[in-house]
Amino acid sequence: MLGFVIRRLLQMIPMLVAIALLIFVLFSVIPGSFATGQQDEGLGLDMAVVARMRAELGLDDPLYVRFGKYVQQLATLDLGVSFRSRQPVIEMIGARMWPSLKLTIAAMAFAIAIGLPLGFVAALRPGSLMDLGLMVIAVSGLSLPKFWLGILLMYLFALTLGWFPSFGYGQGGLSHLVLPALALGVSPMALLARTTRAAVLDIMNADFVRTARSKGMNEYRVVVWHVLRNALVLVLTTIGLQFGSLLGQGVVVEKLFAWPGIGSLLVDSVFQRDIPAVQGCILVITVFFLVINTSVDIAYKLIDPRIRYT
Amino acid sequence: MKIRANLAIGGGLTVLAVFVGLFGPWLAHTDPIMDANLMNAELPPSGDFWFGTDQQGRDIWSRVMYGAQISLAVGIGSQLLNTVIGTTLGVTAGYWGGWWDDFVNGLTNLMLAIPSLIFALAIMAILGPGLTSLLIALGLTNWSYTCRISRAQALSIKSQGYVQAARVLGYGDLRIMFTQILPNTLGPIIVIATLGMGGSILAEAALSFLGLGVRPPSPSWGSMLSDARETITTAPWLSLFPGLAIFLTVLGLNLLGDGLRDILDPQSRSRR
Repeated sequence: MLGFVIRRLLQMIPMLVAIALLIFVLFSVIPGSFATGQQDEGLGLDMAVVARMRAELGLDDPLYVRFGKYVQQLATLDLGVSFRSRQPVIEMIGARMWPSLKLTIAAMAFAIAIGLPLGFVAALRPGSLMDLGLMVIAVSGLSLPKFWLGILLMYLFALTLGWFPSFGYGQGGLSHLVLPALALGVSPMALLARTTRAAVLDIMNADFVRTARSKGMNEYRVVVWHVLRNALVLVLTTIGLQFGSLLGQGVVVEKLFAWPGIGSLLVDSVFQRDIPAVQGCILVITVFFLVINTSVDIAYKLIDPRIRYT
Repeated sequence: MKIRANLAIGGGLTVLAVFVGLFGPWLAHTDPIMDANLMNAELPPSGDFWFGTDQQGRDIWSRVMYGAQISLAVGIGSQLLNTVIGTTLGVTAGYWGGWWDDFVNGLTNLMLAIPSLIFALAIMAILGPGLTSLLIALGLTNWSYTCRISRAQALSIKSQGYVQAARVLGYGDLRIMFTQILPNTLGPIIVIATLGMGGSILAEAALSFLGLGVRPPSPSWGSMLSDARETITTAPWLSLFPGLAIFLTVLGLNLLGDGLRDILDPQSRSRR
């Protein structure tokens, strides 16, 4: 078991290097990238500034030297210095991390609280009107643009009813969190409802459930003891994977609600052409995704000993 | 019963979206960009302006009709790219195996490791806004599922008797891939492409909403919503219709994809 965990963690290393390489290549090799594009756009930068940017980025060094330096920096958690604020990027991201995590956790909590029971109830009566209705909600949830839902929520609950503030972070209280979390949480909620329904349906038809029923076990016990426990293994994976990707999906919602998270930092930095900050944000969001996915993989194995990896 | 409902509603909505995409210019009442008239600014929906008008007095109905072209062009174009890349890599990797298979596998894992919206956003940041950039950003970042499925299919098919027979008959590798393997992978690939099209349309709308997609004044549904945000208190209908258009189009594609899966890819449940 310990061997598996260590092996799985070690597998992350080549992936991390590959991700770093990809981000590096994207932002420094392709012609017409930020630094060179400055002049073309006629943003009024003079040659001295461009030359300074080139020197700062080390654009005149050979590629492998630049990548070596980049990895060396990353290894010491140095993401460079922002072009705009002259602050270390890691500090800027650090300040944004907690709001983003809070939003992600709140959205996931909403998704679990609604999606899990919905999927479960639908699976208990497959083909019923209730099932159909719940699945219509689920497909709709997956087709809604998050930012549109956000606008609608903002209009209804903030501007018309005045129940919640329309945007911003406030003092970090709960009231500012509700609307963005709802907007972000609807698609994982829908996905979770579908996964739960499929998982429960699959297990309802399994041999061991039929055996349990035929030996006279009462339905409540069958559902709680056999079905629920087995379905949860599958559902937990979906929860984990969704949680990992929400930080990236949150970009649009954060921007809409002026939420001071890593997503809005990323978008602002793109518009300010602040390469180190853009690279840093993308790297952090991707690494978060990777770490969560790996943890889900490990947890999956810990929860369900039947799963064997080769 | 349920399968037919999926297909009927999904197919109907998709046909409607394609119809609007093809005939938008004839359905529109006015030019979506040029016909600005500040005298008509922010009028609510009425007999003259079915969906109302925006801040510059442009007819929202006409802009929504034209917007379908952008959404569908991005959705179809990017999914074509993804499908071609994914099947080419997947089928060749599964068929040839060896180092090429390892390489493709590594690349697929890398693509899966980066959240796709973030990847697309990075590419848009580098290439700058525009339709071509969107096609590249969304067409190069979502082929991993297609690749996985077609690789698995190629792996299982290449040892079948009829493929061996084709080889004995002297068929070349490419001919075997095209005539024996590809037709057998088509079902699941069509399903993935249909669902992916919905995803691409959502991503285009999101990127345009952020100001990184289609440049204004082009009537993209996403950028219309971005403009509408500023007038949400005075003209809420500006936010309603473009969003509804995105929602119905994507809903149609998702339902169609689900319906097609039940028909074309019956083993999908055991694989997932």
